[in-house]
Amino acid sequence: MTTKRENQKAWLFVLPVVLLVAFNALVPLMTVVNYSVQETFGNNVFFWEGVKWFEQVLHSDRFHAALGRQFAFTFMILAIEVPLGIAIALTMPRSGPWVSVCLVLMALPLLIPWNVVGAMWNIFALPETGLLGKAINSLGINYNFTQQPVAAWLTTVLMDVWHWTSLVVLLAYAGLCSIPDAYYQAAKIDGAGPWAVFRHIQLPKMKRVLTIAILLRFMDSFMIYTEPFVLTGGGPGNTTTFLSIDLVKIALGQFDLGPAAAMSLIYFLIVLLTCWVFYTLMMRNEEA
Amino acid sequence: MARIGLHNLRHSYTGGGQRDEDWALKQMDVEWEDGGAYALLGPSGCGKTTLLNIISGLIEPTEGRVTLDGSDVTDTPTDQRNIAQVFQFPVVYDTMTVYDNLAFPLRNRGVSELNVDARVKEIAAMLDLEAMLTRRASGLTADGKQKISLGRGLVRSDVNVIMFDEPLTVIDPHLKWILRSKLKELHQRVGTTMIYVTHDQTEALTFADKVVVMHEGTVVQIGTPVELFERPQHTFVGHFIGSPGMNVLSGYLEKGRAKFGGKTVARVSAGSAPDPAERIEIGVRPEFVKFSRSGVPVRVTKVSDAGRFQVVETMHEDQLIRLLVPDGESIPSENANLTFDPEFTHVYAGGWAVT
Repeated sequence: MTTKRENQKAWLFVLPVVLLVAFNALVPLMTVVNYSVQETFGNNVFFWEGVKWFEQVLHSDRFHAALGRQFAFTFMILAIEVPLGIAIALTMPRSGPWVSVCLVLMALPLLIPWNVVGAMWNIFALPETGLLGKAINSLGINYNFTQQPVAAWLTTVLMDVWHWTSLVVLLAYAGLCSIPDAYYQAAKIDGAGPWAVFRHIQLPKMKRVLTIAILLRFMDSFMIYTEPFVLTGGGPGNTTTFLSIDLVKIALGQFDLGPAAAMSLIYFLIVLLTCWVFYTLMMRNEEA
Repeated sequence: MARIGLHNLRHSYTGGGQRDEDWALKQMDVEWEDGGAYALLGPSGCGKTTLLNIISGLIEPTEGRVTLDGSDVTDTPTDQRNIAQVFQFPVVYDTMTVYDNLAFPLRNRGVSELNVDARVKEIAAMLDLEAMLTRRASGLTADGKQKISLGRGLVRSDVNVIMFDEPLTVIDPHLKWILRSKLKELHQRVGTTMIYVTHDQTEALTFADKVVVMHEGTVVQIGTPVELFERPQHTFVGHFIGSPGMNVLSGYLEKGRAKFGGKTVARVSAGSAPDPAERIEIGVRPEFVKFSRSGVPVRVTKVSDAGRFQVVETMHEDQLIRLLVPDGESIPSENANLTFDPEFTHVYAGGWAVT
């Protein structure tokens, strides 16, 4: 047997993707890292600052407040969208002509651009002229999302639920459709009621798609920018200033590139870490 | 324990119609005895599963009544029929342990935990599942899961009938055999009526005391394995059971004698003789055909060795006749003639046996 000489030509085939990833991911990311450890006053003059910006961000009350709002928002929309999405998926027909009608209706909000959603809800919820705003006010409830923090929060959450519950519905529905009939038949024979069927058949079978749904909704809502920016602009005051809105204010408003870069990295690591922990927990029992 | 009756049963998935093809199950009148081990045998799409689902109440028949021990249960929901079913693909509740899976049907019916525990342990012992009771059901192999499905049926003391819908499809070959003997043993032990649906004749013939052969929505014959082999009531039974299947040859009638190749091969009693104009067929299994000095002249076209015997294919004019010859016996190369054992040669008109 002759030993074959190693063929190095394969590297050529990998080269395009290496260049592409470097161009659109590695280089920009490293630029951010670069900014996060240096101070600059323009003209490409940099001074080494070490971890100063990271310390500053981590000790800043402003960052804590934005992070707290961000977690509160994400938790709220998950707590609403996931159960609501499952509930809607359960009521959708499993066969017949209405299936496609339901699917199209469900997909519609997902097709609307984010800034349009923000603008729509802004107009919809305006207390003087908007349909929703006027309707609530005419019920005798004083509602003005441009001035009341609670109203601003409710409107933002409602908008996100309106925009994104469909995604959970579609994923949960796909999970439900993949359950073979035999499971329902066996459950009938075993005398299981609707709750037992949900608890022991439907929910476990939806576990994987729900994990994906929760991960997607977590990441998306944790990085939400456009919709609240258009709807409330982070206000009133800074009550709906979420992390990404705050980040843009620091980076482009105040032009503090160092702290902004440090904050971006911390932000990125929080998303990554949360997803990893959640995914590991959900999948831990899967292979057992 | 229950006797199952199907009276004037018909079922259609499209709402019925005048044509035969509209009916997944055609007119059916059957009575199955209490405690029997039945197999429903037939090719895919012949209506076996439909029939099973009608008995268990998962499907409501378009026409006719279903009775259990004489009482009409056609409108009774599944969970009150006291029927258990094991499906083709193992159905287990993934998140539960084996123990909880077995306990599930009892707990749903409000049985006290003390009784649940006793029953589950008893059934687990019967199915050799004791060692895995605390394990999660999702981690089991296919045969383990099928045992759980079966166990969920056995665990209920009120179960009258256990039905199996091709339960061994996803089981490894060497485990199939073990599980099948286990089923047989369980049947003798618990004495519940069992109905076993399959398209595999070996499974049907080894499991059942009586085999119900179905073809295109009709029950063509109900009989013991020996009856199906020796006296097929329909040419389909002849084809479908036995390997190779029965020879079906076109012949003609002459004064109450069925003739093939100029020789009389069977008699038809005067009373049941079909219209002479009707084309008749002669059915004889390869096992009952022999080479002889005189008889139907044939040409030998092919010999294949099947181990203990040889399958010989011969031609009489344009008709193929197969026969089995014991291994080592010589096969004539020219001037071969065949005789059919008259006791096992049957005459068919329109597919059905004529006596």
